[in-house]
Amino acid sequence: MLPDPRLADLPLVVALLALALWLIATRHDRSAIIGFTAYGLIVAIVWVRLGALDVALTEAALGGIMGLLLLMAAARLGDAPDGPPPTWPLRVLVGLLCGAVTAGLAVLVLTLPEPAPNLVAAVAEQQSATALKNPVAAVLVAFRAVDTLLESAVLALAVIGLWSVGADAAWGERPRALDSDAPDPALVLLARLLPPVGLVVGVHLFWTGADHPGGPFQAGALLAAMVALVWLARLGAPPPVRSRLTRVGLMLGPLVFLLIGLAGVVAADAYLAYPEALTKPLILLIEAAKTLSVAVALALLVAGPPALPRARP
Amino acid sequence: MTAAELYGLCGAGLVGVGLYGAILGRSALRRLLGFNLMGSGVFLIFGAVARRGGLAGGSASDPVPQALVITGLVVAFAATALAVALLVRLAAVRREAGAARGAALPAGATAAAAHPESDGTGAA
Repeated sequence: MLPDPRLADLPLVVALLALALWLIATRHDRSAIIGFTAYGLIVAIVWVRLGALDVALTEAALGGIMGLLLLMAAARLGDAPDGPPPTWPLRVLVGLLCGAVTAGLAVLVLTLPEPAPNLVAAVAEQQSATALKNPVAAVLVAFRAVDTLLESAVLALAVIGLWSVGADAAWGERPRALDSDAPDPALVLLARLLPPVGLVVGVHLFWTGADHPGGPFQAGALLAAMVALVWLARLGAPPPVRSRLTRVGLMLGPLVFLLIGLAGVVAADAYLAYPEALTKPLILLIEAAKTLSVAVALALLVAGPPALPRARP
Repeated sequence: MTAAELYGLCGAGLVGVGLYGAILGRSALRRLLGFNLMGSGVFLIFGAVARRGGLAGGSASDPVPQALVITGLVVAFAATALAVALLVRLAAVRREAGAARGAALPAGATAAAAHPESDGTGAA
């Protein structure tokens, strides 16, 4: 135990702010993105310090694929600045305005009401009805189910948006953003060793999410990272966007959630309410479908829009 | 100052830095990073509020803001992926347009059509 817990918090805060400033100021996009990936890992530690283990897992799992996505984009976009650097008066003006935003938020943070309003007791009171011991899972799948349903719909919409950005001639083809000519042998070895472990950990995260930190999002993000790793090492290839199986996998989560939610109007007393006897199996069904769909959606988002094979010189 | 307040202030600082980056970043990708930093700062303030509420209510962290942050993280990722795809496509369209212009400029020079991709952007 540390003598003063803040001894652990202060370096984390300094590291976050310093990294943030650096990755805005540094010359090369690629270094900025690597800095951003490191930043994501530190934020995951911060979430542990804040007692939010579910968020920490999500952040850590998503941070890795976010880094991959941005690095692949940086490699394709090149490193040229958009235009001349902004003039000093403009920088000072924008800096002052951003400082004012920060100052306003800081005042709000320091003047939060005391005692802190919270919904801990309200959640704990109703939680037994969901048969889930993890309060965050109970909020996600039951108390604020509409948010979660809309969010899985947003993921599907993002994939549709991404696909529609592809060139017209490439429609129906497979995504190729992760393709490389000759994957590094170390990467190929990693892509053979890690996915079996990642698969087990992912399924464990999904299953344990009912009672402990974890759940469909964390599990889905981890599974997506494993799939992306396999694609990146060219041990497998993303399915073509015309593949029906992919589309079913993508939509299964939101559809199952929506259908069970609509059935709740008849079987229970409200939209997205679960009949008491079936609560646990229904939640399990929703979460399993959602894990699959989150994994498919995130992996497809990293894989990019459909593209024609690159012409070889 | 409690740890929650410390991280709340950190979040406020990150929103400011991210906003600066989102406005004045040197490339579109960097502005996207700035935008993500802003989001991260907002989430941290959420985390600070959740931590205070949790401690007041007798748990480590209030589950409702936690659930909102998890939802937010996933949506932020989806939005970033879409933005990245738009940027890559925009760059490709500009390259094609530049190549077409380059081919049209030296009228009569038939060799110009032989290098439709070389417009000097140098993107790997």
